Amino acid sequence: MKTVFKRTGVLKDCPTHYCPGCGHGIAHRLVAEVVDELGIQDRTIGIAPVGCAVLAYNYLDVDMIEVAHGRAPAVATGMKRTNPETIIFSYQGDGDLAAIGTAEILHAAHRAEQLTVIFINNAVFGMTGGQMAPTTMLGQVTATTPAGRNSTGEGYPLQVSEILALLPGTVYVERCALSSVSRIQQTKAAMKHAFELQIDGAPGLSLVEVLSPCPTYWRMSPAKAMEWIEETMSKDFPIARLKG
Amino acid sequence: MCGNEALAEAAIIAGCDAYFGYPITPQNEITAYMSRRMAEEGRVFVQSESELAAINMVFGAAATGKRTMTSSSSPGISLMQEGMSYLAGAELPAVVVNVMRGGPGLGNIAPSQGDYFQATRGGGHGDYRTVVLGPSSVQELADCMPLAFDLADQYRITVMVLADGILGQMMEPVVLDPKPRRALPAKDWALTGAKGRGQNIVRSLWLAEGALEELNFRLQAKYREIQDNEVICEEYQLDDAETVIVAYGVAARIARAAVDKAREEGIKVGLIRPVTLWPFPSELISAAAETFRLFLAVEMSCGQMIEDVQLAVAGRCPVLLHGRPGGGVPSVDEICEKIQEMTIRAGR
Repeated sequence: MKTVFKRTGVLKDCPTHYCPGCGHGIAHRLVAEVVDELGIQDRTIGIAPVGCAVLAYNYLDVDMIEVAHGRAPAVATGMKRTNPETIIFSYQGDGDLAAIGTAEILHAAHRAEQLTVIFINNAVFGMTGGQMAPTTMLGQVTATTPAGRNSTGEGYPLQVSEILALLPGTVYVERCALSSVSRIQQTKAAMKHAFELQIDGAPGLSLVEVLSPCPTYWRMSPAKAMEWIEETMSKDFPIARLKG
Repeated sequence: MCGNEALAEAAIIAGCDAYFGYPITPQNEITAYMSRRMAEEGRVFVQSESELAAINMVFGAAATGKRTMTSSSSPGISLMQEGMSYLAGAELPAVVVNVMRGGPGLGNIAPSQGDYFQATRGGGHGDYRTVVLGPSSVQELADCMPLAFDLADQYRITVMVLADGILGQMMEPVVLDPKPRRALPAKDWALTGAKGRGQNIVRSLWLAEGALEELNFRLQAKYREIQDNEVICEEYQLDDAETVIVAYGVAARIARAAVDKAREEGIKVGLIRPVTLWPFPSELISAAAETFRLFLAVEMSCGQMIEDVQLAVAGRCPVLLHGRPGGGVPSVDEICEKIQEMTIRAGR
């Protein structure tokens, strides 16, 4: 019989701690498949963020480090500069990358660090209980915006990818989503490209932003959460190749 | 060489693979020197966007098994405390140089010893220790660097070299010794890509019940081993002393001159100079408290190390302070006056 699909060995054979309908499981598998297909498992070092994906090393079978909130791009800089032959990726959420870690991601991009960043945007702080993130949509109810996010006092959804795409130090920035099978396939292609650029020594940082569902803190069913990405979230976060 | 350049060159000779730093006075000679010399050596130099980033770059390089360091001065070291706590939790070897200046706040750029508490107690969160070396000459500052890297690698710990603005800026002749010092354990925990072995993980999060308590007990056992084996302390003119000055760093140099001057005047004074500030030479000071009558801590602060002296003396003798905070530097005459006053008050 012909094998048409098998699970990648880079993804460990164990259940995850993620909520039903969460996007992290899909995103982890995409990263694992890409690392597998590119044959870089034995020279890849992954960086787990602070947030729901802090335990990513329990699921991804590559050398991994867990770092302080937001600091992954600085840690990645230290690793890549001292070990240029390795492939370094950070896996960061929107609280991590778009709030506390804005200086680190901006300056890693500004220095044109040869890194791959997987940026999971689910519009909330997940692990701490669904508080507002810089990426929270206007009107979105969260633990800290009970009346819905109001631009007066709470600001507007922060489009970090658009900012990073402006910098000469980024070689590739694309925003993808996990809201349908075709979107997931596109996300995987984008991740693969982002890793390939690093393998080929492209002179700068590649980033793939992934609009990812958080049914628990969006207070929706998993199916509804996928629709919300398409109908609401993608209005402020257009799903598009922004650079490269 | 000035102290800042001497320590930088000593670090290069000691095999520092990567230096990450951010400008701050009075340690800017280190970053400037490293930017030139690390390039010449084909090693890594990065000027980071902040001290937060610098310590996290150190965290990354250390996790791959490289010898790495950063340097800063007091306000910048405050920013690094988060990273130092993570380094302790993840048990990564790293070297941090603090060329102290006056505080609190932005303070000034004059020499100070106001960061003793932060250095020896750990300014970051959690139950951890940092080895702290307090050199008192440019030569000793340079000698501290290979020792710091060796201690860091041997114990998988952060070692802080605690200097001050005088030491960093002062020029003295120095001999740099390239000899390897210690036999060190292999870094089989390092993240290098899992080639021919299973996955390595560097982490400081331990959620399972009891796991973090276990880690902490293991760390404490390591810290005890360091306390048992790595104390360095200099004694000067202690044999017949009735009053003992305890001082470190530049303050100890001045105190040493004060000991000589007081002895010329017939006052029997000696000096205990801790070189390792953590582990502190508590046993030696405790033993000294059995013999000597009076202790005087001389510090360029409002009195921080004095608390370690008091802990060791445990109430058996008076422990007094001559402290000059905020960039003040004690003079030989001030210290001598203080000793005379103490001796008279003690009825001698």
